[in-house]
Amino acid sequence: MFSTRQWQESLLRWSGSYSSWYSFLRQTWREQLAAHAGPTAIFDDTWNTTVHDGVMTVPVPAATAPVVFAGDIAAATAAAAKASAGAGDFELALYTTEAIGNGQHANNPWLQEMPDPLTKITWDNYVCMAPADVERLGLNMYLGEKAPASVVIVKVGEREISLPVVPAPGQKSGTIAIALGYGRGEFGEKVGRAACVTNHEGVFKPVGRNVYPFTSYADGTVNYDVLNATVTPGGNTYPVAITQTHLTAMDRHSVVKETTIATYMAGNKRAYNKPHELGVHEDVNGDGVINALDKKPVAEFDLWQEHPVEGVGHRWGLSIDLNGCIGCGACITACNIENNVPVVGKDEVRRSREMHWLRLDRYYSSDMTKERAKEEGLGKISMYLDMEVPSESPTVVFMPVMCQHCNHAPCETVCPVAATTHSNEGLNQMAYNRCIGTRYCANNCPYKVRRFNWFNYVTEKFGEVNPAWDDLGRMVLNPDVVVRGRGVIEKCSMCVQEIQATKLQAKKEGRPVRDGEVECACESACGTGAIVFGDLNDKKSKIRGLANSDRSYYMLEEIGVKPNVNYLVKVRNTEEGVANQA
Amino acid sequence: MHSEAAIREPLILGHKTYHDITQDIVGPIENKAPRGWYVLITIAGLIALYGVGCIMYLLSKGIGVWGMNKSVDWAWDITNFVWWVGIGHAGTLISAVLLLFRQKWRMAVNRSAEAMTIFAVIMAALFPLLHMGRLWLGYWVFPLPNQFGSLWVNFNSPLLWDVFAISTYFSVSLVFWYIGLIPDFATIRDKVTKPGMKKVYGILSFGWSGNAKAWTRFEEVSLVLAGIATPLVFSVHSVVSFDFATSVIPGWHTTIFPPYFVSGAVFSGFAMVQTLLLIMRKVMKLEAYITVKHVEYMNIVIIVTGSIVGVAYITELFISWYSGVEYESYAFINRATGPYWWSYWAMMTCNVISPQVFWFRKLRRNFAFTFFMSIIVNIGMWFERFVIIVTSLHRDYLPSSWNMFHPTWMDAGIFIGTIGIFFTLYLLFARYFPVLALNEVKSILKVSGESYKKEAAKHHHH
Repeated sequence: MFSTRQWQESLLRWSGSYSSWYSFLRQTWREQLAAHAGPTAIFDDTWNTTVHDGVMTVPVPAATAPVVFAGDIAAATAAAAKASAGAGDFELALYTTEAIGNGQHANNPWLQEMPDPLTKITWDNYVCMAPADVERLGLNMYLGEKAPASVVIVKVGEREISLPVVPAPGQKSGTIAIALGYGRGEFGEKVGRAACVTNHEGVFKPVGRNVYPFTSYADGTVNYDVLNATVTPGGNTYPVAITQTHLTAMDRHSVVKETTIATYMAGNKRAYNKPHELGVHEDVNGDGVINALDKKPVAEFDLWQEHPVEGVGHRWGLSIDLNGCIGCGACITACNIENNVPVVGKDEVRRSREMHWLRLDRYYSSDMTKERAKEEGLGKISMYLDMEVPSESPTVVFMPVMCQHCNHAPCETVCPVAATTHSNEGLNQMAYNRCIGTRYCANNCPYKVRRFNWFNYVTEKFGEVNPAWDDLGRMVLNPDVVVRGRGVIEKCSMCVQEIQATKLQAKKEGRPVRDGEVECACESACGTGAIVFGDLNDKKSKIRGLANSDRSYYMLEEIGVKPNVNYLVKVRNTEEGVANQA
Repeated sequence: MHSEAAIREPLILGHKTYHDITQDIVGPIENKAPRGWYVLITIAGLIALYGVGCIMYLLSKGIGVWGMNKSVDWAWDITNFVWWVGIGHAGTLISAVLLLFRQKWRMAVNRSAEAMTIFAVIMAALFPLLHMGRLWLGYWVFPLPNQFGSLWVNFNSPLLWDVFAISTYFSVSLVFWYIGLIPDFATIRDKVTKPGMKKVYGILSFGWSGNAKAWTRFEEVSLVLAGIATPLVFSVHSVVSFDFATSVIPGWHTTIFPPYFVSGAVFSGFAMVQTLLLIMRKVMKLEAYITVKHVEYMNIVIIVTGSIVGVAYITELFISWYSGVEYESYAFINRATGPYWWSYWAMMTCNVISPQVFWFRKLRRNFAFTFFMSIIVNIGMWFERFVIIVTSLHRDYLPSSWNMFHPTWMDAGIFIGTIGIFFTLYLLFARYFPVLALNEVKSILKVSGESYKKEAAKHHHH
């Protein structure tokens, strides 16, 4: 690329060899394989299989002696006692984040802008602290655009570092945690310009602070737990860029549904996934009287003329298994890459303007529920205030939310210029060229999945972190998807470019589109198979089966917008009650 | 023995003659403006220029210079829009509805109220334009023939209804206002001596001759236009309320909105008329024409509409509880007790509680107090729109999207700027246009009766 040479090839050239890197690599492995797999193997076959599989199975000689525990318990106890000696107020755990790992991905703006699964903070590392400790130290509990985090000085031995504090529900009081891998680029380290954050004068600024100095090296291992940390309030504050400022689900059962394994196994769908019902003026239950017991599921009502949905060709949809989602955020990044979603930088994320088409809603459970408030005779105002506070040891739900592609989409009716319309395949489409940016659609979206280009994110102001900002960066763009300019709304398209390409391929081959042939970016990135894309009108498709299963429900079903995205109730392997039991 | 039934206070004080009225109204146009006018227009002009600067900045950078975010996609922009449209209601109500009801007291106030309407609607129309992401394509909201194929506007969208409602209201108000101005322009044309002014006012008066036939037609047209304008008074703000009422957002999705918005609009419109008239009365020396009687009548309208608005607020609260809908109920609890509680209580105090003091006759006949209250009411009505728009959006269905809205200097700059532009236009109007419908006012002058009484009194004493 640009008449350059692979660095390995440069090494070869300088060492006097003129073979290509590829043949050098193969030659090395040819010798290695001959040594391990024996000379009988045909090298090309072995090479191709190994490259394809990514691993090679090498016969291992059988173990001759059983493993015997021979540890010195007394010595271990002594070591533990020695380690805990001189413990400070806080125990510090150093961890690596989901996004940038140990720091080797610190120069990837997509990953810097990927919210942390729990704290939902981007572009920073920080001190996670138990809410009780945050309160005790008199630090800021609520974080938001104009509510910055309090800064504390963490001191371990002679080393100290100041970082913002983030309350982390569920964290044990007396412990703090800081992510490693941040602060790269300090002291002139060249980390690449992709995630170079610059201040207003254009001077480079590292993202977060480097906490590797807090690790210690003893007896041949690196220790990531520090027992004698002290924390003192720094007296100042620091703005953090957070994508979800509210912590709990406010006991809204039609958003998240959970149940216990026992309830699920009992097999009564109504016990854990009751559909919303509306009272009607006809004798539904056949008891001879029309009264409050006569109800019909909300799915049977249509305010508007119903779209023909069955048997009219494809109807694309997604099924999301709340059981499968682990909140890692791979889907977010995959979606960004596939759909050229701009990176907007810390300052814009702080203003809640990240452009992610797909987000992961994180809800902590709260001790307060509607049921409990009723039992205790608590008023509504205090009930709602209590619901905002997570339990001391909460359970967490992760919920991937993207455009729900409603069949009665509220966004479509309100656009004055018909820039967002419904396709006959069930997709809610955006015609960027037609959009004039009134944002009425975004306001009227009950799921708040629509994103507005507040600035020209591609070329202005936030250019330093956007891959699309120059010729080289533009090479990461997906050529099948347009880059959106200032003033238009965008949102999940269910990877319509993939759908179209696959349909075209099938047409050329004279066959119908096969189930599973179209893969949305989020679906293919999901490591747990929690996201399934497919044609709901294909009676044999996997998604059809999931959508008709007992665990299937539609978020906010009672508004009657009829989404094409369904969720599967989360079943917890617990005997205790769960937070969002319907 | 002379006896006289004192039925009504006179509408014009100070024994004016027809000539006096012409002199009082045309005089300031002919002569140098009072010093107060220069002071006011300098202040208003500077604020207007600042606003224009902010608008330029907004257009060059993008809507992001405002404080909105992914959850709150409308904030001050639409708040200001609805606020200005509301203010623009009083003019047409006074001139059209009160004309149909034969309320003669309107004659002293209708001209400036109509001017206020025109300027307020212009300010209102600015915001839907400025809030667009791509203003340069704003003409797409009109159902224009185009070369894009069968591309048409979306007639389902309340924003499109707004386009029609506002443009219709604006054009009818403008025509109504201008028709009323024609005979008065003719009076100025006949009176001024400078040739340049004579020429300009000659053109503006469309060659008005003042014969009986012209007057008959004038009155017929006024009545017809009043008939057309009256339903518009009610339709415009009903349509504006549909922007919210037809949505699915808790706090917006409310069938009560059309009448609630219309009465709120009349409420704020009358308050703004009071603000302007009480200043103009002093600066332009119109104390004989704009009297305590006018102020009292308008204060009565304020207390009636304010109370309707109050009933609407309480109905909303009741329904949110009675409906049993979780989201609806939370939306209203959040308004009153959530992070934006102060805006809700500012609205309640300014709109519902404080206008009730006008039950006291002494207070509703007090100029200084009325002026103070008119400001309070307009603050309250701005907060009403802020409460409806921002507090509904900032916490809607999914708690994951709950967010705060923080205004920026650009939000404030453009809002204050429109106030500056509005006052600049109004002051220019006050300087160069007849601020009272002078020919109409002459029709309520009891000149023959008064002169008879004067004569009789003279004879009685001799």
